Parts: sequence; C-alpha cells; structure tokens
Amino acid sequence: MIKIKKGLDIKLIGEAEKVVAELDVKNFAIKPTDFIGVFPKMIVKEGDFVKAGSPLFIDKYRDNIQFTAPVSGKITELKRGPKRVLLEVKIEADGKNDYIDFGKADPKNLDKKDVIAKLLESGTWPFIRQRPYSTIANPNDEPKAIFISAFDSNPLAPDYDLLVHGQGETFQAGLDALVKLTKGKVHLNVNNMAAPSKVYSNSKNVQINEFSGPHPAGNIGTQIAHIDPINKGDIVWYLYPQDVLTIGRLFLEGKYDTTRLIAFTGSEVLSPKYYKTKLGASIEAFAIKNVSDVKKRFISGNVLTGTKIESTGYVCSYHTHVTVIPEGDQHQFMGWLIPSPKKHSFYRTALSWMTPNKKFKLNTNLNGGIRAFVMTGEFEKVFPMDIYPMQLIKAIMVEDIDAMENLGIYEVDEEDFALCEYISTSKIEIQSVVRHGLDMIRKEMS
Amino acid sequence: MKALRKILDNIKPHVQKGGKFEMFRSTFDAMETLFFVPDHVTLKGSHIRDGVDMKRTMITVFIALIPALLFGMWNVGYQHFRSLGETVELWPAFWYGFLKVLPILIVSYVVGLGIEIIFAQKRGHEVNEGFFVSGLLIPLVLPPDIPLWMVAVATAFAVIIGKEVFGGTGMNILNPALTARAFLFFAYPSFMSGDKVWISDKADAFSGATPLGDALVGHIDKLPNPMDMIIGIIPGSVGETSIIAIGIGALILLYTGVGSWRILFSTIAGGLFMGYLFNLWGLNDYMNIPPYYHLIMGGFAFGAVFMATDPVTAAQTNKGKYIYGFLIGLMAVLIRVFNPAYPEGMMLAILLMNVFAPLIDHYVVEANIKRRLKRVKA
Repeated sequence: MIKIKKGLDIKLIGEAEKVVAELDVKNFAIKPTDFIGVFPKMIVKEGDFVKAGSPLFIDKYRDNIQFTAPVSGKITELKRGPKRVLLEVKIEADGKNDYIDFGKADPKNLDKKDVIAKLLESGTWPFIRQRPYSTIANPNDEPKAIFISAFDSNPLAPDYDLLVHGQGETFQAGLDALVKLTKGKVHLNVNNMAAPSKVYSNSKNVQINEFSGPHPAGNIGTQIAHIDPINKGDIVWYLYPQDVLTIGRLFLEGKYDTTRLIAFTGSEVLSPKYYKTKLGASIEAFAIKNVSDVKKRFISGNVLTGTKIESTGYVCSYHTHVTVIPEGDQHQFMGWLIPSPKKHSFYRTALSWMTPNKKFKLNTNLNGGIRAFVMTGEFEKVFPMDIYPMQLIKAIMVEDIDAMENLGIYEVDEEDFALCEYISTSKIEIQSVVRHGLDMIRKEMS
Repeated sequence: MKALRKILDNIKPHVQKGGKFEMFRSTFDAMETLFFVPDHVTLKGSHIRDGVDMKRTMITVFIALIPALLFGMWNVGYQHFRSLGETVELWPAFWYGFLKVLPILIVSYVVGLGIEIIFAQKRGHEVNEGFFVSGLLIPLVLPPDIPLWMVAVATAFAVIIGKEVFGGTGMNILNPALTARAFLFFAYPSFMSGDKVWISDKADAFSGATPLGDALVGHIDKLPNPMDMIIGIIPGSVGETSIIAIGIGALILLYTGVGSWRILFSTIAGGLFMGYLFNLWGLNDYMNIPPYYHLIMGGFAFGAVFMATDPVTAAQTNKGKYIYGFLIGLMAVLIRVFNPAYPEGMMLAILLMNVFAPLIDHYVVEANIKRRLKRVKA
C-alpha cells in the first residue's frame, strides 16, 4: 500500500447522492478544445446526419486520430470563437441511438495492431492520454506502462465505484484490450480508505495498487510518481474507469457506446445526484428546477481543475462531473482581518483548521489580491512528489527549459499543481504557468 | 459599512485609468483593499481559493510583534527614569516610552509606505503588504534616542535600495529592516555600534556599556543577571530586550506556521553550538560564558524570531532552511566574540546569510536534480 501524507482534502457542500437518474438529453457537443494540441480538420458540416461512431473531425497533424459522434442525430452547429477557433461541434440527438457496427471481437485473441486499429476507427482512442503533456496518446509509441486511477480525491468527486457498478465483465474486456497495448504493466490504482468495488478488486491481468491519504492521492500524476516515475524520454499512458468501460463495450458489442454517469454536484444544486447519459451531454437538462437562483458558476469537472461552462454548456470529454458554486463577486468588509468560520483555509491563520470535518460552501472569490511570491515552504506540504514545486514554477516563469527539465517537468501536469494554486497566499495562477511550461517543452521537442 | 462602500464606489471612477486623479490609484487601492476584500473572482485555474491572503499572513506577523513593541515602549521609559535615579511606575514609564517610540513608528511608516505607493503606482501593481511588517520592525531594531531624520533616511534607503531596485516585495535579497539598521550602523557608527547603552535622555553621569560591550572587553562580571535579560529590563534597541515578549511572538509565528520552525530552531542550535565550542576553547572570559547567554543577550532572539524567518530573504527549501538557520546562529556568536569592531553579530550574520541563501538553495536543489538523473541510469 502506498500512503500519501502530503495533501489537502477540501470538503464542500453538495456531494452527489448515490442515486442515478436517467435523462433524455437532446443536445450533445464534442469540444475540440478539450484535447490538448489537437487541430481539428472537419469531416462533417452543419446539417449532416451522423450515427454514433461516425467521424466528426480528425487531428490535422495526426490524421489517424479521429473523433466520432457519441449519439446519432443531426449536426446543428459548428460553433467558432475568436480567430475562428472551433469550439463546439453540436449534435442534436434523434433518440434512435443508431450505432455504426465495428464488429465484436475478443481482445484476448487480437494483437496490438488490431486493437489499436479498432480503437482508432471507432474514435475511442482519444480517451487514452499520455504523460508528459496530457495529450492524446500516439498509437506508434511504446508506453512503459498504462495507469488507471480508480478513484478521484478532488472536492465533490464522483464515486468511481458507482460508475462501474455491476459492469465487471465490460471492465475486464476493456482491461484485456489495454493489456495488449504495452509491454509493461497496466496499473489499476484503487483507494485503500474504503473497500474498493469488486469490479476493481476482481480485475485480472493488471497490477492493483492501493493508495491512501488526502488529495492528490487520486491524481494520476501522484500515482505515477510513486509507482514508476517518468524520466526524460519515457511515456506512460493513462485513462479513467468509464473510458475503460467504453473500450470494453467496443469489443463486446462492437459499438462506440459512451454511456456514462455524470455527477451533478455543488452547493447550488438542490438535489445533487448522478445522471446517466453519454459523452458531451448538455447540462441544460440537469439544471432544470435543480439549481438555486443566486448568481452561480457552472464548472465542467471539479472546482480545482475544471472548466467554466455556460448554464446551457456541455460536459467536457474527460470530465465525469459538473459542479455548481456561487460566484463571489462581492466585496467583503474587513474580510481579510476578521476570521470568518465560513471560509476554508489550509492555514492556521484562519479558523477552518479547527473544524476538519466541516463541509464548506465556497464561492469563486479570489480572497485577496495578486502578489509576488512571498511565503515559502507551503507548496511542499500539498505536493507529494520528489520535486521542488516553487523552483519548478519559477523556472517556467523565466522560460528556462534546461532548468524545467532538471526540476522534473516531465513528471507533472497542471492538475498536480491545483492545490498549490488553491493555497497560494500570493494568489498566483500556477496551473496556467505549468501549462505554459508543458506547451513550451512540447513544441521544443517536436 | 454600506456607507463606506458607497463613498469608495463614488471615488473609484475618478482614480481609475483615465480618471482625473489617476495618480492616486495605488493609494486608493491600498485604502480600499484595507477595508474590503476585492470583488475579484477567479478567471483561470482553480475556481475556489484559500481564504487566507497576503494581508492576513502579514497581519499575523504584525500581531506577533505587538508584545515586543509594548514591552519596548515601557522599557524605554523604565530605563530613562532609572538612569535619573527616580522610582519607576508602570504607566508613566509606558507613557514616556510611548511618546518616544510613536514618532519613530510614524516616520518609518510614512516614509516607507509613501515610497511603496509611488513604486506601486509607477509599476501598475497593487501595494504589497510587506511593509506592514517592515515598518514595525525598523523602529524595533533602532535605539530609542535615534534622531527622526536618521529613521527617515534609513527607511528610504532600505525600501529603495534594499527592496524596490530588485523589483519590490518578494524579490529582495536582504531583509529590509536590517538593511535600514545596517545603513545607520555604517553611516553613523558613533550612534549605532552597540557598545554604549541606549537610554533616551539619560543623565550625563549615567554611563555604561551594553551587555555585549561589556562581554567583549572582558567585563563578564558586569553582565546583568540572566533573569533581567530574559524579562528584558536592560537597555537596548526598542524591541530586542525582552526574551519573554519575543517568545510570545515566536509562539504565535510557530503556531500559525507563518514563521518557519526549521529556521528558528536551527538558528538557536547554531548559536548554542558555537557557544559550547567556545567553552571548550576557552581562550578568554567571553568564550567561557554559558552558551545560553548568547541567546538572551543583544538582538539574537529578536533576529532569530523575526528577521531570520523572513521567508523572502531566507533559504526557500526545507533542507536549506536548516543550514541557513544554523549558520546564522553560528556566525552571530562568532562575530560577537571575535570581532572587536562589532559587539552585535546578529544583524551582520543574518545579512550575510541572506546573501548566501540562494547558494544554499542551489545545492539543495542540485541534489534533487542529481537524484532524478540517477533514476534514469538505474
């Protein structure tokens, strides 16, 4: 068992009840901006009809990677933003759920080439990402291992046991396919703090690693660092349980079926629960009569690393939950001086450390102004890797590529720095700094 | 508070970019954010943020300094009346000291904040809270009878040359308050050398040396008894005398985690280590004093608690902090005992290690890099 000691659990109000509601979502969208480094080249145009599994667009620079429709229906809009960046490929579902047939197959009897071909053809491939950079994996690479995190330690995270409940056979089929992709091990990392689902503990042909401790124990970066750290030149692949299910269904049923649970959480959700839907669902239907009427922010993903979306927006491809919290655009009188029990803090200069089990209702206020680095030694307390976080951040800020490499940029991703960003008393936007560093290195290397 | 918000909202448009009083933008910002946490929301990255900001962190240090400040004020009065041979009552002594120290405090804040605001305005930054603390530290490390113009010059020097030329709070290499003191020390040595006692308006007949001065010339027998030094009823810089008052501050800093326990304890360890080493050597009387005397004499305690732990100028890695603190303690005692020109070694030891802190960090980080490279080969 691997025990994570450094970190911080942020407990928030609005955890999803373990209730699954089925909703007939009409609108879906795939957002090319979810996929780092992908430059979309369109295959469909507005008004086309697609089936589940029909290609929507491909990556201009790696044209074997294609992105397919999660449902059958009509392409209603190709929404573009500034500089004509393609933001959303919107699909209106026809409710028939016509799937393209990719043919059933037992992954155990296939070789690596066939498995990859099937994943690419069906559009399932983009679920497999790589570290470093968190880009979509390159099918030609030889990863040294594949990691699956079977729990999420982020605030208000969905219960990963519920996501796979009763789907052991499908999950195993997905794992069988993944095993073919690497000569190394497939690591399935489970949470030791509660008995993990049978689906995980009964998995075969993979190495099951147990983790315990506070967030970021569930982050894939933390897990990789403790099991098989990335060195320069190494590549590991990673994905999440619901993606393994999608791969499993592809082999068992021959179709691209992205059916998944999305947790609808947060203090502004009246009845937080899980919705059963498909990839890229609009959250509009989730929110009807189910959110409070204060000014609020909808986030696809969790509060630490998620993406801000509209109230009619779409769940991002890699997210399994949606969080709704109040906007914090109000002035607080003497807010910095008077300790408020309503505020959560990592530090003992506030009050929240005295109530470790209290659940908080936090808003989006920055809680201060942006400053230069002043405090030291704080990031290290929430950063459970053998890396000097502050020195690495500073190396990125001055764009010193050698220093970044030396200090371990290949081992990290922006989400690994989310807690550092949260606790920063200088309110520095650390995740975007790290992303900038990763982008810089990626361009340097290609 | 609603009325106050209204007033601020009315003024705000005039001091924004393009407004009539644009030149007061930074001043207004500083005032506004003092009363209200801004309505800024997160734009990138994490959507929620910790409830603690720089202001709250800095006010904690400020609060930790209050016991030393109040005791210092009383002690200034106490030493004054004692030198005149009068009996000393609590409140008159405090009142006397209050009137002596308050002007120094005001000069330090007005000059320092004034310069900070001008630089913030020029750079388009918000005013940083660093001077919140520096402005209080400066009077506490100065003698109570210092002329106010010296305070002003030293503060200006510390803020401009010590801090702003490097880019402002967070970028400075030397501790600003110690820079101010070092400036006075070298520019007006007759005032600041630290061997003659500092008593405000003392009677001419009352002369004497500080404990450090006495110790240096071998008058060990003249040292005040340790209890007086721990309580702090001896002459000295305003805030440095009472180990008890400083100790309360130290507890606040350690408990809240704002001050690094690594630096604090290793500084004490360094001082004691050097003290014992001198005991073993034992060349002269000064070397033979009990090592703990070094901790309670002069500015050692104040420096260890409030100066060495300044996060900006200290070593930034956890391992580096142990080395940094230990060397400060060691150097302070070494300078005290060996250098006849400077009876007080703490200030110079901290400034010296401020300069070396990046080097210490460099080697600590280098070890991490080597470990990473080794992994590749393995």
